[in-house]
Amino acid sequence: MNRSNHLLSGSRLEFHRYGEPVFDPVDIDLEPGTVIVLTGPNGVGKTTLLRLLAGILAPVAGKLTHHADVSFVGHQPAVKSDLTCRENLAYEREVGPPAMPIAEALAMVGLAGLGSRPARALSAGQRKRLGLSRLLVRNAPVWLLDEPYASLDDAGCERVDELIASQIDSDQGVILATHQRHPHVDAERVVQVRLSTQRTGDRS
Amino acid sequence: MIWKKLKLWFHMLGSAPYFYGFSRRVAPWLWAGFAITTLYGIYLALYVVPPDYQQGDSARILYIHVPSAWQAMFIYGVMAILAVIALIWRIRLTEIMAMSCAPIGAALTLVCLATGSLWGKPMWGTWWEWDARLTSMLILLFIYIGIMGLYAAFDDKRKGARIACVLVLAGAVNIPIIHFSVEWWNTLHQGQTIRLIGESSMDPSMLPPLLWMVVATKLFFGAALLDRARNELIDQDRNKKWVSERILEAA
Amino acid sequence: MKPAHGRPIAALFRRDMKLAFRRLGESLLPLFFLFTVIVLIPLGVGPGPNLLARMAPGMVWVAALLASLLALEHLFRPDLEDGTLEQWFVGNDSVYGRVMARLLSHWLITGLPVIVFSPLAAEMLNLPDHALGTLILTLLIGTPALSLLGGLAAALTLSTRGASVLLSILIFPLVVPLVIFATGAVSMTADNLDPGAYIGLLGAFTILALTLAPLGIAAALRMNLE
Repeated sequence: MNRSNHLLSGSRLEFHRYGEPVFDPVDIDLEPGTVIVLTGPNGVGKTTLLRLLAGILAPVAGKLTHHADVSFVGHQPAVKSDLTCRENLAYEREVGPPAMPIAEALAMVGLAGLGSRPARALSAGQRKRLGLSRLLVRNAPVWLLDEPYASLDDAGCERVDELIASQIDSDQGVILATHQRHPHVDAERVVQVRLSTQRTGDRS
Repeated sequence: MIWKKLKLWFHMLGSAPYFYGFSRRVAPWLWAGFAITTLYGIYLALYVVPPDYQQGDSARILYIHVPSAWQAMFIYGVMAILAVIALIWRIRLTEIMAMSCAPIGAALTLVCLATGSLWGKPMWGTWWEWDARLTSMLILLFIYIGIMGLYAAFDDKRKGARIACVLVLAGAVNIPIIHFSVEWWNTLHQGQTIRLIGESSMDPSMLPPLLWMVVATKLFFGAALLDRARNELIDQDRNKKWVSERILEAA
Repeated sequence: MKPAHGRPIAALFRRDMKLAFRRLGESLLPLFFLFTVIVLIPLGVGPGPNLLARMAPGMVWVAALLASLLALEHLFRPDLEDGTLEQWFVGNDSVYGRVMARLLSHWLITGLPVIVFSPLAAEMLNLPDHALGTLILTLLIGTPALSLLGGLAAALTLSTRGASVLLSILIFPLVVPLVIFATGAVSMTADNLDPGAYIGLLGAFTILALTLAPLGIAAALRMNLE
């Protein structure tokens, strides 16, 4: 296995909460042009693993290597309510190598014409899409998405699939967690990583 | 050979059940030692040592005031070292022990402040003086309370301990500076204050009870620390098997 | 240590200032607080000029502290709540730089207004004219340390219940040397003595805070994100 062209690799990754491991040690390797879908029962720690891969949490054990820039869209869209959509994306654009122009990014997620609207005036679904549009204005080879389909209607979900497809078509990578819909992309490009845990559940 | 045994013992001490047993066995001895040294020290302080030339009998309270002040600072030092170990090596028992130090340190600081106040009344006529030592101790009390409050505010005890340890270290850097600045502030604003105790002017006959009380506070710290840490450990692990086994054993 | 890229950090600073101006009422509150303190305390202790002059350095500094404290609630918490804080840690960019950018905007909103209005405060509190320069100097050197230490307290209490009370308890011991050195310097000048030693100590304290506090803040932020 040629490790050098992996976008991201992690071996025996662990994270602890309340002194106990959240999930069993995880091995994960993201190859260009693929989507990794994290599966597992509710509460097994998919969000935790994604945040670990993003660099927000530090693994308690195991080794994580980033071979490329990473973009993370979590449960919250990470936009400022008092800024307009355009201003939010302008900030995002300054963070990483700039990619798509703002107007185009807004159009791709179905928010065309809403550039001057403050983010607090958006509906939940619109905010979610604004958060996803952050992925487009930056050039990040690895996308980490936590429940990208949540709060979206069918049209919105299709747009997400289009975004994912265009990402992997350009030989980049996506890792996402979902417990409802799976990405409707070429099945050959999808890899499933299943999380498991020894926890019995009761945290009291 | 003995080095290896020591290393092994340290590792075993990090295991919860072993620490529990160790603490249960050792703490009573430390309490007994504390009781004996305190009784003897107080006896010497009250009956053997002659009254102070200037202050008479009311100066005898220094035998509680001074050791408690010293010990309150010493405890912070121990807590800071434990905090460094806890943050770098993430050893759970060090986290617990560091957090257990804070209430004990706070208690001794309170004792120091109370005895200082009691001493001050006959000496200066007021219950409180902005004396350098008392003021420093008051600030130290706030730091201890802050650490205890921060730790208590978290449900996840390991996370809370580590965050509180960052605070412990911030305080550790600051405490010498606070001490120094308060000293300076005191001399600036009050000129030559009559200090609660002139370090150099202690007659050698006054020394023995002081030393006994110092030893007593150390034993107190050791015993209280072991007991608190043990209780914290059981509380955190209350759902674990080893706890129910040990408690049933003891019952 | 992660490499620092200038552009994202500058962008963060500009965004923070933009947001501060959007919520102007909130941002001006510390300044309003300063005025309240400067007017209320003389009302409380009487207008005797000598008494006020003695109290002036302390009062201005306490006002600066309270002003700083007010804005600390909003230093990191809004970002925690809308998810922008965790973005600081994504990828390889420097958290240290972002922390400094955030603290800089905090200082511009709390420390700088106090410095700008300190001559007015000094006049109202009857501080001797020749001591004004020292007052401004101590504020210039010391209010950044206030922001740094306040930022540390805010970072530590970020995800706790009852954070504001805890924050006040934590910050108070940390800033004691600051207040002592700063007010000491001004008092010395007011008494026509040389404040050099105090100013030197104040400067050293701020440099120490500048070196260590951001590290503590970054560590505390990350721990609180778990």
